[in-house]
Amino acid sequence: MSLTLEQVRRVAHLARIEISEVEAQHTLDRLNDIFVLIEAMQAVDTKGIEPMAHAQDVAQRLRADRVTESEPFAQRTAFQAIAPETEAGLYLVPKVIE
Amino acid sequence: MKPWEVVIGIETHAQLSTRAKIFSGSSTAFGAAPNLQANAVDIALPGVLPVLNKGAVECAIRFGLAVGAKIAERSIFARKNYFYPDLPKGYQISQYELPVVVGGSLAISVGEREKLISLTRAHLEEDAGKSLHEGAGQQLHGRSGIDLNRAGTPLLEIVSEPELRSAAEAVAYARTLHALLRWIGICDGNMQEGSFRCDANVSVRPIGQAQFGTRREIKNLNSFRFLQQAIEYEVQWQIATIEEGGRVEQATVLFDPDSGETRAMRSKEDAHDYRYFPDPDLLPLLIDRPWVEQIRSQMPELPLAKRDRLIADYGLSAYDANVLTTSLELADYYEATVAAAGKANAKTCANWVMVDLAARLNKEDREIGESPVAAEQLGALIARIGDGTISTNIGRKIFDALWNGEGSSPDEIIFRQGLQQISDSSSLEALLDELLAANPAMVAEFRAGKEKAFNALVGQAMKATRGKANPQRVSELLRKKLG
Repeated sequence: MSLTLEQVRRVAHLARIEISEVEAQHTLDRLNDIFVLIEAMQAVDTKGIEPMAHAQDVAQRLRADRVTESEPFAQRTAFQAIAPETEAGLYLVPKVIE
Repeated sequence: MKPWEVVIGIETHAQLSTRAKIFSGSSTAFGAAPNLQANAVDIALPGVLPVLNKGAVECAIRFGLAVGAKIAERSIFARKNYFYPDLPKGYQISQYELPVVVGGSLAISVGEREKLISLTRAHLEEDAGKSLHEGAGQQLHGRSGIDLNRAGTPLLEIVSEPELRSAAEAVAYARTLHALLRWIGICDGNMQEGSFRCDANVSVRPIGQAQFGTRREIKNLNSFRFLQQAIEYEVQWQIATIEEGGRVEQATVLFDPDSGETRAMRSKEDAHDYRYFPDPDLLPLLIDRPWVEQIRSQMPELPLAKRDRLIADYGLSAYDANVLTTSLELADYYEATVAAAGKANAKTCANWVMVDLAARLNKEDREIGESPVAAEQLGALIARIGDGTISTNIGRKIFDALWNGEGSSPDEIIFRQGLQQISDSSSLEALLDELLAANPAMVAEFRAGKEKAFNALVGQAMKATRGKANPQRVSELLRKKLG
């Protein structure tokens, strides 16, 4: 299986990554190399083997249902100091309309 | 014209009543000033990791047990990828392939008819933040404002099978689910605050056709009335479209409460290509049997079981039992009232709780949990009516006194104010003799055949005793004396 240039452009758009024509062709070649690798791996018989959801075979640790934040104003001030624009505690972004 | 069948499936987003968010230690309390409940995980600063809240998992288990579903021993979290300003990570953590709750069912009733609706699944996920727009005193310099307090709030998305066949069934389903979530204490059900919102997948097909028609999804319905109106409009629109030779295109639509119409959202390109994949930041969630059994042992008796028991144990009508099991608080209040009043007064207790108490609570816009009259007090009061110590009318006065905090127990109020009912013949007879002597005109009228005069005499007796005379005894004695 191999990808088309159109599919590469679409994936780039979905990920909101801007790529030039040259980069698209280069990315296509590299992604196709990965598909070659995947094809080689698919030759292995995996019948009866349950797929893993994570590379590590361990379970999720859980946190207690407890609020751990105690200085909301100081925290917000620190976070918003590095935000491009804020107003009345809100982060400002280009207008979104639905 | 062909007869049409309506097919509806509902997806519900229920906000879980945890203290902290699903993957962080931020508070989930409603109404804080913008971004005061958004920590580094919630605003997606680089290098942070989500850690799953045990409380959210327990809510999901409780739900699974309440609907007789399978609790997955192993479930996984996935990333649902899309870009929107109120989703700072660029993906929502949700569950896709292996959800925590699988199957189950919910019994609904529409009119006299009962129907079992199958559930597909229920999965845990995080909520997004909120986008705010200019207006109402908010100056945002032509931009949109983002508040991430809600980002990361735990949600349980509950998906029904497409087994609902009318707007009325859809509303019955949503109401039953809403009541159940509150009953088992996993969601406050506050629809104004968005704690319970429904998406309805609606399609129509000619009756008898096996395959489903093309569906449109009505998003974000946050009241039962809107759910009903939106589905009714959508069904009529789809039928009209097809009958006029058109085709229904799959779409996401919004309901406009002002016009009562649904309209398609501007279809976003690639909107549904979410590219789900297992979230590498989260390991599989394992739920062992002992944990499930421990939660099962803490579950309250479920609404249907309680309803049936109220009918069987207390001889209530199905109607009364249904009303009394609309919420766990109400049902508990009723049972505590009966415990204090005695089982023989169970029906009277139902009337007091459903009529007198409910009217008073309603008038003052209070919840049952805020009733100034405790169930034990009401039960004691009903016991005194039941054993003839006081009349129902005096009972109402004592209820008012309790409501206004003018005493802690009905017995104390009865004693202090001397409200015991007078049933004793000798004291009543003395009173009636005086009354007859003082009202010769009325006696004459009665003897002339005017029944009205008799009632007036009874009224006089009640007035003379400030309502304490037993009206039945008064009638009996009066008839004997005049007869």
